[in-house]
Amino acid sequence: MGKTRRPQPFVIRLTHWINVPTLAVMAMSGLQILRAYPYFGPQGAMYGGVIGPFQGIDFPDEVRLGGWLGGARHLHFAFAWILIINALVYLGYTFASGEFRRRYFWPPRDAKPALVQQIFYVKAFAWRVKRLVSKDPGPAPVQAPHDLYNGLQRAAYSGAVTLGALEVLSGIAIWKPVTFHRLAWVFGGYDGARFVHFLVLILIGLFLVGHLAMVAIHYKQLPEMVTGGELPKAEVKS
Amino acid sequence: MKKISRRDALRLAGGLGIVAAPLLLAWRGTRGAMAPKEGVLGAVERANTSVEKFLYSGAEVSYDALTPGMGWPSYHVAPGDGPPIQPPGWRLKIGGMVDRPLSLTLDELMAMEKTTLRLEHHCVEGWSAVADWTGVRVAELAKRAGARETDYVEFRSFDGPPDERGYWSSWDRESAVHAQTLVAFGMNGKPLSPAHGAPVRLYGASKLGYKQVKHLTEINFLDRETGGYWENRGYEWFGGT
Repeated sequence: MGKTRRPQPFVIRLTHWINVPTLAVMAMSGLQILRAYPYFGPQGAMYGGVIGPFQGIDFPDEVRLGGWLGGARHLHFAFAWILIINALVYLGYTFASGEFRRRYFWPPRDAKPALVQQIFYVKAFAWRVKRLVSKDPGPAPVQAPHDLYNGLQRAAYSGAVTLGALEVLSGIAIWKPVTFHRLAWVFGGYDGARFVHFLVLILIGLFLVGHLAMVAIHYKQLPEMVTGGELPKAEVKS
Repeated sequence: MKKISRRDALRLAGGLGIVAAPLLLAWRGTRGAMAPKEGVLGAVERANTSVEKFLYSGAEVSYDALTPGMGWPSYHVAPGDGPPIQPPGWRLKIGGMVDRPLSLTLDELMAMEKTTLRLEHHCVEGWSAVADWTGVRVAELAKRAGARETDYVEFRSFDGPPDERGYWSSWDRESAVHAQTLVAFGMNGKPLSPAHGAPVRLYGASKLGYKQVKHLTEINFLDRETGGYWENRGYEWFGGT
């Protein structure tokens, strides 16, 4: 991997920011589509158990887009192209450029550091609590060194990419449940795929909550996602 | 403090454009949602139709569990609460670009080669339901009528508001003559009920519910797409599954 590359190369930044409005339109038009029939499971055999609480779920007007089912479907099927092309550009770039090595979670390398990072967060939190109650909290815990991302970040970002892939595949299955009946079967049929499509949306939403919380804490790194960040020192021309 | 260079300003403007353009398109799309055949979204629908025709595989499917009788919703567009009343002297007409136009009674239809298929219904709203459908393949009727090689097939109904020529939907030829597309007169081993489209209805595996025309009156083989009741109100014309 090139040592001259910025922390956030151009293609990564471009696809990241295209994703922001595209995901918003997909999620909001999706909730409008769901409103036409906000239940899960086939007619006469609605899902119960843990899925029960989701039955009849109602989302406010402000988070829906498209005006009605037909309008929302047109938005959804138009923006799906932007989403998929953007995702393919991102995936293609990360593999062609070698960026995947420093971005994607690779268990033999990242599993332990991810756990260490998790422990560090718990220790750091405990230390801050201690600082509030005690005058001598002792030395602050130190984060283990890492390159662009730590193991936990790699796990989180790879998880988000996986959720995206699941969302697209379950979406294709409910878009064409006969043409792609084998794909639909993988998700438990049309109704299974439809529930997965909704569940993964919720999980992507939870990822975004965490993502935005981390950005708020490490706000100094936000400009990097716009400018690309500093080139590695050794390579800067004098 | 660092001065913002021209290059950075251009970058910022470009970035804002990337974020703003899709939102602008979505906002326009929302405004145009009541006339979705127009503008950018209309163009995308036409492009999507080509993709859907390309993806169309003619796959044949089968399903296990039947939906209990009470679990099957049924919709009509004719005014009033119940299904529309069958007009006296009803016949199914097969016409358009055909060599031998047909006008069939229910008995004549039921005397033809029958097929029973267990298919899953996919409503545009998002629900699914399974039933056994018994009827004659549209492909068989096309053969008997000597239908020419037209690209579209139009299905018309006596359901509908009185000021229009009834509910209708036009299909692409491939989906209409698919082996799992029937003119059905039986549902779950019983004669079709008025709620589900008596005396005969269209039923195919490869289309969404709004394209499965009930209370059929005419089948026309045409060289042009003639929209449909819901299609003209904004749902996608192809509506394939």
